[in-house]
Amino acid sequence: MDQVLMSINATNDFVVKFANVNGSGSASANELFAKCILRMGVPVSPRNIFPSNIQGLPTWYEVRVSEVGWLGRRGGYDLMVAMNPQTWDADVAGIAPGGYLFYDSSKPLPKAKFRDDVTTLGVPLTDIANQNWDDPRQRQLFKNVMYLGALSALMGIERDVIVQLIGEQYKRKPALLEPNLHALDLGRAYAEQHFGPIGLRVERRDAVGKRIFVDGNSAAALGLVYGGATVCAWYPITPSSSLAEAFEKYCAKLRVDPETGKHRYAIVQAEDEIASIGIVTGAGWNGARAFTTTSGPGISLMNEFIGLAYFAEIPVTVVDVQRGGPSTGMPTRTQQSDVLFCAHASHGDTNHVLLFPEDPHECFEFAAAALDLADRLQTPVFLLSDLDIGMNQRLCEPFAWDEARQYDRGKVLTAEQLEAGAAFGRYRDVDGDGIPYRTYPGTHPTRGSFFTRGTSKNADAKYSEKGEDYVQNMQRLQRKLETAKALLPQPVLHRAAKPAKHGVLYFGSTAPAMNEAIAKLDADGMPIDALRVRGYPFADSVLAFIDQHQQVLVVEQNRDAQLRALLIEQFEIDPARLVPILHYDGTPITARFIVRAIGERVHAAEGARLRDDKVA
Amino acid sequence: MPPKAPDCVTTRWHEMTYLPKPRLHHPSLQRNAAGFIRRDYEGAVSTLCAGCGHDSISAAIIQACWELDIEPHRVAKISGIGCSSKTPTYFLSASHGFNAVHGRMPSVLTGANLANRELLYLGVSGDGDSASIGIGQFVHSIRRGVDMVYIVENNGVYGLTKGQFSATADQGSKSKKGAINTDAPVDMVGMALQLGASFVASSFSGDKAQLVPLLKAAMTHKGAAFLDVISPCVTFNNHEGSTKSYDYVREHNHALCRMDFISSHAEITVDYAPGEVREVHQHDGSVLRLRKLPEGHDSGDRVGAMNYLHACQARGEIVTGLLYVDPDAADLHAHLDTTPVAFNTLGEGELCPGAATLEAINADLR
Repeated sequence: MDQVLMSINATNDFVVKFANVNGSGSASANELFAKCILRMGVPVSPRNIFPSNIQGLPTWYEVRVSEVGWLGRRGGYDLMVAMNPQTWDADVAGIAPGGYLFYDSSKPLPKAKFRDDVTTLGVPLTDIANQNWDDPRQRQLFKNVMYLGALSALMGIERDVIVQLIGEQYKRKPALLEPNLHALDLGRAYAEQHFGPIGLRVERRDAVGKRIFVDGNSAAALGLVYGGATVCAWYPITPSSSLAEAFEKYCAKLRVDPETGKHRYAIVQAEDEIASIGIVTGAGWNGARAFTTTSGPGISLMNEFIGLAYFAEIPVTVVDVQRGGPSTGMPTRTQQSDVLFCAHASHGDTNHVLLFPEDPHECFEFAAAALDLADRLQTPVFLLSDLDIGMNQRLCEPFAWDEARQYDRGKVLTAEQLEAGAAFGRYRDVDGDGIPYRTYPGTHPTRGSFFTRGTSKNADAKYSEKGEDYVQNMQRLQRKLETAKALLPQPVLHRAAKPAKHGVLYFGSTAPAMNEAIAKLDADGMPIDALRVRGYPFADSVLAFIDQHQQVLVVEQNRDAQLRALLIEQFEIDPARLVPILHYDGTPITARFIVRAIGERVHAAEGARLRDDKVA
Repeated sequence: MPPKAPDCVTTRWHEMTYLPKPRLHHPSLQRNAAGFIRRDYEGAVSTLCAGCGHDSISAAIIQACWELDIEPHRVAKISGIGCSSKTPTYFLSASHGFNAVHGRMPSVLTGANLANRELLYLGVSGDGDSASIGIGQFVHSIRRGVDMVYIVENNGVYGLTKGQFSATADQGSKSKKGAINTDAPVDMVGMALQLGASFVASSFSGDKAQLVPLLKAAMTHKGAAFLDVISPCVTFNNHEGSTKSYDYVREHNHALCRMDFISSHAEITVDYAPGEVREVHQHDGSVLRLRKLPEGHDSGDRVGAMNYLHACQARGEIVTGLLYVDPDAADLHAHLDTTPVAFNTLGEGELCPGAATLEAINADLR
């Protein structure tokens, strides 16, 4: 081993990046690596970085190990596991000075391919695999397990923990357990014989607690099962497809009538997103809880139906797992760039309820809540997740369900109520909250039927093009969205230890990086209050927060400062009061980026204020 | 008395395209087995042009539902956008109706059907709705075998936008303004056969004797029933040179056979010699009796029906009647193996797996 001066020494606080070839079976070994560290009680946050390909092209997996528990992307990496010759040069160039390079040394590489300031750890994985297995596929798969073994020896990951996890993984295929353990030990033995421990160390802690490790799409799917969704219509699109697939998987376990084996769910893979939202609209109209899951391009196609559901007042739940747009954009990269679009989807004047989960835990909670809100408000509700939350496993609080919780089916008149003579006019604002009463088709032989249409109508659902009928209806729809404010998840305030002049607003997947940035800013003597927005229309407390601070920064992951635009629109405030901080290159935002950007803005504001004071 | 309906779709009253009917029931009016009078199956006064074929179809739907003793509120009427899609307002006023998005009736109907499998779903559409903008939804709802009656009121023309050709207009046919259609027509009946519809029929709005039994058969059919009804547009497509005019259709109509619909309660009497009739027994116990069957056509043979249809079309004939029926077809609910209970009646007890299960899921995620 070449000794390099100034090697990075870090315990439970570093980033490992794996460079792999798509389709080589590396994903499960990489996930195992992350889980081993978790099982040793040390928080990790892994992220898949994958171009839009199926097989043979580059893919990366980045694992941040952080004992203090920062789960955002850090930026940079300390150890590169370079398993893809195609991307070698860039992969090696990106290693932090003093970092480490792990690679397959079966084929000799010219010295120019390496760096002097990086510790090189070559293991002849292909050679060892070829000596031990004949089948080419096995050679490939066990190579992955071998590098896991070697890394575990180098970094101090306990063998018992890996063995336990492999055992869980092959619970149902015990024949595969032995060869996997063999591969693991081949890797460990080689590393132990040829290298000492490296400076990146994993040591057992108790910093994970009861938290769970799950991806946002699975979590949202489970939330929809718990929330009572029975109809799912969808069209495959990255990064949301795994949500529909997870819904199917959970339903097959949790939604089968134990006596008859019949399904209490229906999943239709539709011909396109228009049909998906049409099916959901039809089901919602007819009293079933229904949702669709998609990404930006799907929302584009759904616009006409979203307008219908808004105007005809039909409960619809839409999960948008956002990706980089516009057009096909960056289909495998993350962004928060559908915010404005979803808030006003459709032609004409519309306004929709949005929910912004920060992690899988909130994906579960908000997905179930979205079904209640859609029924209560009789309108489309959007769960705005994104690729970073949806397709990466994240450490988060365990799912919780109050056994006494009942579904809020909203204002639905029953046959008994109609029989008892309940007055019914589909679009009358009986309670003054903008929300009318509805009936399900087929309820009563002579009472409660009405015609649903996308054209204008009067309060009794009769076709009308009278100006006053139209205006009254549009104003009632506005009142309804006003009512929504109090029903949505309220913002979460993080107040700085010391009184702060500056405030920051943020939402969704920016949260983990922001948590870290706030702590760093505090430590740097730049305290800042932070408010995490969780729903739209915004609560009045968001305006109060803006009013309380000299300067408010709005951090988001899009180019056009979309949340800021909505804030300005809703609160009718001077745009100069909200300073945008924008990150939109498709990678998840980092604390480093936020700290630097906030630092610059705050210093600029302080400087301007000092200048103003002098002038005054 | 309300004013008379306008004679053209160009509404004179800008604020009303629907008219209420006076509610006067004579006590001696006959009630059907479900306890309803015929009037209970009617809707608002039509605002379509006088003589519009669509109104005859609405009348046939009213007749069929009345004769089948269907409870009106157990029907859901779903349509898209267009003249035909306006018609659900003109029948079954006690049913919920949904006038959805142009060309998207099939998806809305599919969702509604999934939510409550117990209702009868009438999907009303037109040729613009189903052969142009919504052809994809037509195709896929048929493929899935949604349990529905899918009626296309086919006039070969866009009425509400005043006379443009639709995709079912025949090549060489002439518009009211004199333009010749150069595009080949979409053959929805042929497509429905190819796509696996388990009931495929064609009819003519001017032939009530044929249309009513076909509607009744379609309404009692379990599965995707497709019914293409040629329905002349008196305002924009009833002239010399049109192939969807009353005169042209009457001259070229090739009625396959006469079909009697015999409900499950009726006594089945045989008054035809064996060989002259073919009986199709449906799931609800009703019987479709086909008589005067032509040479070379068998309503149980999908490939044969396609061949027969194409052979007639090649001769310039418009085939009407029941082309194909599979009385044992499985519908979307059967494909998805769903519970027989309507989804919209399920509550927390049936749908929510509960806190203990969630704890076990949490444990698996650590």
